[in-house]
Order: sequence, then structure tokens, then C-alpha cells
Amino acid sequence: MPDTLAAQAATRPTAWKQTALQGWGRSSLSPCLAARPERLRELRAALDAPEGRTLIAHGGGRSYGDAALNTDGAVVVTGRLDRILGFDPATGELVAEPGVTFADLLDVFLPRGFVAPVSPGTAHVTLGGALANDVHGKNHHHAGSFGEHVLWFDLLLADGRMQRVSPESDPALFQATIGGIGLTGLVAALCFRLMRVPSNALAVRRRRVRNLDDFLAGFAAAGGATWSVGWIDALAGGASLGRGVLETAEPAESGIEARPAKARRFPIDAPGWLLNGASVRAFNEFYWRRVPASGQQVTVPYRQFLYPLDAIEGWNRMYGKQGFRQFQCVVPPGPGEAALRQLLETVAAGGNASFLAVLKVMGPQGQGMLSFGMPGYSLALDIPARPGSEAIFARLERITRDAGGRIYLAKDSLLSAESFAAMYPRADEFRAVRQRVDPHRRLSSDMARRIGL
Amino acid sequence: MNETWLILGASSAVARAFAREAAAHGAALLLAGRDMEDLEHQAADLAIRHGVSALPMRFEARELASHAGFVAECRQRAGSGLLNVFLAFGVMPDQAEADADPAVAAGMVEANFTGAASVLGVLGPVLEAQQGGTVVALGSVAGDRGRKRNFLYGATKAALLVYLQGYAARLSGAGVRVLCIKAGPVDTGMTWALPRLPFMASPREFAAAAWRRAGRGGGSAYLPVIWWPVMTIIRLLPTPIFNRLNI
Repeated sequence: MPDTLAAQAATRPTAWKQTALQGWGRSSLSPCLAARPERLRELRAALDAPEGRTLIAHGGGRSYGDAALNTDGAVVVTGRLDRILGFDPATGELVAEPGVTFADLLDVFLPRGFVAPVSPGTAHVTLGGALANDVHGKNHHHAGSFGEHVLWFDLLLADGRMQRVSPESDPALFQATIGGIGLTGLVAALCFRLMRVPSNALAVRRRRVRNLDDFLAGFAAAGGATWSVGWIDALAGGASLGRGVLETAEPAESGIEARPAKARRFPIDAPGWLLNGASVRAFNEFYWRRVPASGQQVTVPYRQFLYPLDAIEGWNRMYGKQGFRQFQCVVPPGPGEAALRQLLETVAAGGNASFLAVLKVMGPQGQGMLSFGMPGYSLALDIPARPGSEAIFARLERITRDAGGRIYLAKDSLLSAESFAAMYPRADEFRAVRQRVDPHRRLSSDMARRIGL
Repeated sequence: MNETWLILGASSAVARAFAREAAAHGAALLLAGRDMEDLEHQAADLAIRHGVSALPMRFEARELASHAGFVAECRQRAGSGLLNVFLAFGVMPDQAEADADPAVAAGMVEANFTGAASVLGVLGPVLEAQQGGTVVALGSVAGDRGRKRNFLYGATKAALLVYLQGYAARLSGAGVRVLCIKAGPVDTGMTWALPRLPFMASPREFAAAAWRRAGRGGGSAYLPVIWWPVMTIIRLLPTPIFNRLNI
């Protein structure tokens, strides 16, 4: 009897449902079959997608474009695989399932004096997504991207084998999976090292920056800062082009009283007219003036500095039903400085309502074959999806490519296959690994097909 | 807190959320189910997140003969602390499937009712002996009135409710509280592939509400609470009208 019961449980078909998913930018709706495994056994079963459909993992849904979408294919939603499997306080080594989020890490480990060594701009990103996109944070210039801190991961391959992959055991597969946008397999668990911090707070300095030159000089002077980020008013042009606020932060020696984080929810899809040149200009002006001319020094909780937008749940609805696209590129120092100016001029001239753009200094090239990070400057900005916005993206893509830069796949929804090939020189190495571990291309996504992987 | 919660059917999403809730309040956990690999993961998670002791235990609701030994082991593992029970196991095959195959129907009755009655029966004296503790069992709004779509499942949950009423009466003298939660649909693997259901609760919200309700005493309770007015109307509908509804 027990054997038949076990057999029943094992053969129970995976629950798939027809649904439609969106990237965080909500610029397109992608119909697919979706499963949401709650345990490892169900993750294994989900490999067998119905009707021979291709498959992609979908974590927190914070990729802006189509990296985690698979139109008319199958999608495995990993958020319920959210167990922390091991933690060693002596070394900071953490083992977790892929659906654990940065918010979970903050809740569980900040009170014990540990934070993720690298954190993206929202805490709702899952660890599986962080690995697959080799995400970076405001400390990239020192800490590199997420993949630099990963010791190993368990990868469920397309043929059903589970493989523990480390830089020693299979360097090529390790490097293909870090930043490999989910195309090498389904991550079942991963191990990386948390970073020790003295308190739950950061000492943050903010200062106004008049223009782009001032910004670049400011970043150069702040090279020693642990975290640094620039907020740019992307609507300011002329002599004020690149005007904004530079923030740097260091771990605070003593903490502050932690209030429970309560996010407000953006209630509705905002009507299309709300975001226009005037309203966004007013907001950006406010943001700039908020910082006193003489600068500002404050102590804030990690959450507030690392994840400012998480304070408003569903902020992406601010861009209305049509959604928006995010553009993020990195351009190398030298030619990149002129490129930054051109990028900002293009956006400012378009009068496209873009809220604060983000400027960061980037550090070393990531080890992933498709890692985004490389030395230079990264610029990120939102553009509402309206008629004409695709043409602006084409111009931004061209400027980036000509400067020897690259576009971040986690944010992208429009990059051409041709530009991808020019921007990601290790794409052929990546293809070779994929050919080895998934010769039948069982794993695929809208993005993979679009950029010609 | 020197308390242990025994979670029966611990791999289900609702049970997992309830275990986290109990662990967050400092309780030790006994995680009982069939998928030992999964229970190991869960035990590690609870221990790391909340610093409590959590032990995976093999439990099969339909192996009635094993229940006595299983309960004895639970009692021993709980040590001198108070043992509480969260009963979450159950299956919900499609009504049509159960209609077509008597084995599927019988299997559901066995798991949802027979197994529950058996293990609670064995736990009875243990709970009486400790003169206290709480039993929370997952019933369902489906047990309130037999609907076309789901009446076999509903019947097993109605049977469980009646069992729990008598069980509560028997244990009341010993100070044991027994709560039957009439659960509305929760966003879990059980409901994932079903057409969109109204008033769906997340496992986390549901578990937090169940924990709060259990702290207020026994009886029965609709969760989420919106199901109380909804089911009151559905129960009061005249039969000729009810029978024409496609619910």
C-alpha cells in the first residue's frame, strides 16, 4: 500500500495553468502555461512541460522586459521555493532555495549583523533571479556583481539531472549560468557568502550635483565610498545636463531603531496623461531641491538606502496601462563620458517623461559569459511605452554600442540580435555550453529568441 | 515558550505558513508528512529563520496501524512541553475523476476523514493527559453545503467537522481547545490550476489569521472571515434555487 501511495504522489501531474505574465515594465502581455512548484519534487516534475513546450524560470517578476517570459511556452514560477537551507555565522555562508528574496535576507540576517554582499535596487528580487541576471548594486565598484560571491549552485538540467556546479567542478557551466538568464537549467539551490555589518543602518551623505562633469568628478572623489549612486534629472538639459544628487554611504557604527517596514501600495493604473513633461519635471525639481545646497548627512536603515522604490508597492503602475521600458547601459570610461552626454541629450531632447535616472560607477567585468558589469559608468532610465519610444531606444542602443558599451539584459525589452552580438563578446562560448547541457533547447525565453541565443 | 506544534501534512503550503507562524512565536515544530526531502528543507528553514527546534517525521495518514507508534514518538519528542496539533493534510481530486473511479473517491475519504479521525483518536488520550493544548484542523467551506462541483471533498470535510465537534466536547474537561477552521480557497498548489476563485487568501495571511484565531479558543471559524456571510447566504438558499446554480 505505501508503495502505491508513493507512486501516486510521484506521478501526480504537475499543475499547469494557462495565464499571462508581464515583465516589471508591463509593456507587453505574454500568454503561457505556468506551474508554481512548492517543493523540489514538483520542480523536477515541472521540467516535463506539456506538449513539448520550452521552459523558463520566473522568480520575483522584476526583470523589466522579457528575460523571464516565454510566450506560448511554459514558465516555472519559483517564488514558493523559499526555504533557507543552511547558514554558518562563522563564515557567513548561506544556502538557500531560489525563491528566497533579498527582503527575506534583510528580515532574517540584518538583526544578526549580516547583509547580502551585493543587492539590486529592489528587495523583491529572488536569489535565483539574482544569479541568472548576475545583478549588481550600488557597491559594484568594490564588490562586483552577485556572481562574484556565489560558491556553488545546484542546477537542474534539461535532461533531469541535478548537478552541483562550482568554479572547480565545471567552470564553463558556472560561468554560463551566472548571468545566463535562466537558459542553462533551473536553479534548485545556491550558496553564497553574506557580508558582516556593524549595525542595521548606513551613514548616507547626499549632495547636489550641477551637471554631468560635476557628477563624474564627484564619483572620482568618492571612489573610496562603500556605496555610491547618482540620481539624475533626465529632463534637465543645456548647462544643467546631468544635474542631480550624489549619494554615498558607509556602514554606520551604531544602529537606529528599526520600524517595521510598511509599504504603501500604488492603488491604480495611473491615467496616461498623468506622467507628462511638466509633472515629471516638477517631481525631479523637488527631488533635487530636497537636498540642501550645503549637502546633507543622515543615518538611514539599509532598506531605505538600498531599496527606495520598495516603499511604494506596485510603483510600476504609475506609468499606466501601457507600461514603460527601462534602458540601462554601461559604457567604458573615456569614450563613455561623451556617450553619457549623448544619451542624456537624446532623452532630454525627446522630452520623454523619465523619472530620476540612475548613474553609477561600475567596477570589474563579471565572470559570467553574459555578465553585464564592466568598468565604466552605468546609466538607467525609465521611458513610458508610447508611440515613438522604440525609436528613442534604437538611438540609445546605437550610442551605447558605438561607445563600446552594453545594455543590461535584466532591464531590456528591445535590444537587437545584432547589437547583442556586438556587446556580448562571449556569446559564442555561452552557446557552446548551452549546446552541451541543453542540445534540444528545452529552456528558452522570449529574450533568448529575440537576441538570437 | 515550552510548546511544540505537531504539523500533520507539513508539506502543504498552508501548513508551511502555519509552521513559520508558530516558529516565529517561539514554538518547537514536529513536521509530519511523506516527502522527507521537503521536510528536511523546511526544518532547516525554520531553525535558521527562528532559532527553534524543528524535526521532520514520517507520517502516512492512510496507514492507520502506524498511528499509535507515530503519536508515541511525537509525545516523546515534545519532551515535557505542551503538545499542540495542526492538522492540514487532505487531498482534493477533481469531482469528475472521483465519480469515475471509486478508488479515487475511497482514497480521498480515507485520507481526509478516516486518517484524520484515526490520528486524532490516538492523540486524544495524550492531550487529555497533558491537561491542555490546542488542536487546529483544516476544514473547508466546501463542507457547509454539498455543491455540484465539489461535494465528495465537501462531504469529507463535513464529516471532519462533526468529528471535531464531538472531539472538542470530549476533551473540553481536560482544558484542550479544538478549533475547526472552515477554510476558503487559499493560493496554494491545490488551487493554482483552478479557475480564478473569489476571496483568495495568501498562505501567509491565512496562517497569521489562523494563529490569532487559535489563540482565542476553540469552536469553528471561517477564514478568511468574509466566508462567514457568503456561506450563510449559500446555506440559506432554497434548494430549488441552489440546485440550479452552477457553483
